[in-house]
Amino acid sequence: MLSKRIIACLDVRDGQVVKGINFEGLRSAGDPAALAQRYNREGIDEVVILDVTATIEKRKAMARTIQAVAQEIFLPLCVGGGINDEAHADAAIEAGADKVSLNTAAIARPELLTALARRYGSQAVIVAIDAKREGGAFRIYVRSGRQATDRDAVEWAREAAGRGAGEILLTSIDRDGTKSGFDCELTAAVSEAVSIPVIASGGAGTFDHFVDVFKAGKADAALAASIFHYAEHAVVDLKRHLAANGVPVRR
Amino acid sequence: MIALIDYGAGNLTSVRKALRHLGAAFRVPKGPADLEGMAGIVVPGVGNFEATAVLAPEWRGAIASAVGRGTPLLGICLGLQWLFEGSEEAPTLDGLAAMPGTCALIRGDGYDGFGVFKVPHVGWNSLHVVRDSWLLDGVGEGDQVYFTHSYAAPVTADCVASTRYGVDFASAVQRDHVAGVQFHPEKSGDVGLRILRNFLEMAGR
Repeated sequence: MLSKRIIACLDVRDGQVVKGINFEGLRSAGDPAALAQRYNREGIDEVVILDVTATIEKRKAMARTIQAVAQEIFLPLCVGGGINDEAHADAAIEAGADKVSLNTAAIARPELLTALARRYGSQAVIVAIDAKREGGAFRIYVRSGRQATDRDAVEWAREAAGRGAGEILLTSIDRDGTKSGFDCELTAAVSEAVSIPVIASGGAGTFDHFVDVFKAGKADAALAASIFHYAEHAVVDLKRHLAANGVPVRR
Repeated sequence: MIALIDYGAGNLTSVRKALRHLGAAFRVPKGPADLEGMAGIVVPGVGNFEATAVLAPEWRGAIASAVGRGTPLLGICLGLQWLFEGSEEAPTLDGLAAMPGTCALIRGDGYDGFGVFKVPHVGWNSLHVVRDSWLLDGVGEGDQVYFTHSYAAPVTADCVASTRYGVDFASAVQRDHVAGVQFHPEKSGDVGLRILRNFLEMAGR
């Protein structure tokens, strides 16, 4: 049976892993390559490197960090943050990324998704959507959650899939860093609207939150950062918990 | 020396990284004539079967000749599908036809998995080992590997492992010295590396 994927996110700034709360107040959690190696040993299914400040500070994807992480793992590796044209995507992929994730640039220039899907295949193109509840809908924010758009998350997810995106990395801005659980309603709304996999992100605080997002949220994968960074064996224990609750996982 | 065929279907960075990690000597041949004297051939590739159009007819002929001379061949993902006669995805194109059968879109009629059935099939799924093979030596029943694809090869006599997702499809095939894997061994952790090592051993490195 197809397993639900557990993805570790390395939010990287200046070559170090950091984790913010609601995208603010970053604190350090360690060396990206060392963490990736540990997660690999513990059985993580995939790794995402996000250059958390790149869009704001206009920094390019950190080729050296990508290379260092790619050397340690033989798992799918996704890189995002500040990728705003084909040259940035090329640099990330040449450095060892299997997938690139686009956020602000995809909204601004959706044709970039199609161009990258043609070049590398849809499996290499992830659209990252940062959404916030407003009224009864989910409004998309860009530029690391700082700038509101007039786009709706479900509608944009559909369009992005149609334009060649192969997966959606869906972050709830309301939940990110709060440890209060994933936004299952948001995740289910997007997951049911598209035929491509949806990776839920933002809010993981307990193992039960993962059970919820796979069952109620209909997520295909779940991504978290700090829950893995600060506790040894968290990946092993999480997978044991998911399996005990009927969620298929790789062990 | 292993020949890694680059026909523009996806990037080869992670395949190169895995081969390098395993200590394999490999190069990307510039033209079909360069296949002469190669110890093994790897045909990787992701995406649409259309992409294999680049392989016809020169590469296809050269690869078929090399296989005829006994050169081990490994197809990865789209490379596995190309080992068959063709694919519904691009019906006018011929595959290598080293194995009988046609690849088809994965259908969800028999889906008994967890959650929403989606195509493409992306993620880690289990191998059901159908029979012993040099390709899967050391790989256990139920071991999981990483897939990302929408079309799949049928379960035939050449199938050495099948995987269930809506349907049962051939996740690994092998006939004599020709083999293919639908998953990505270069992204499938230790299990994937083991399979690549098995191929390299078959090719005598």
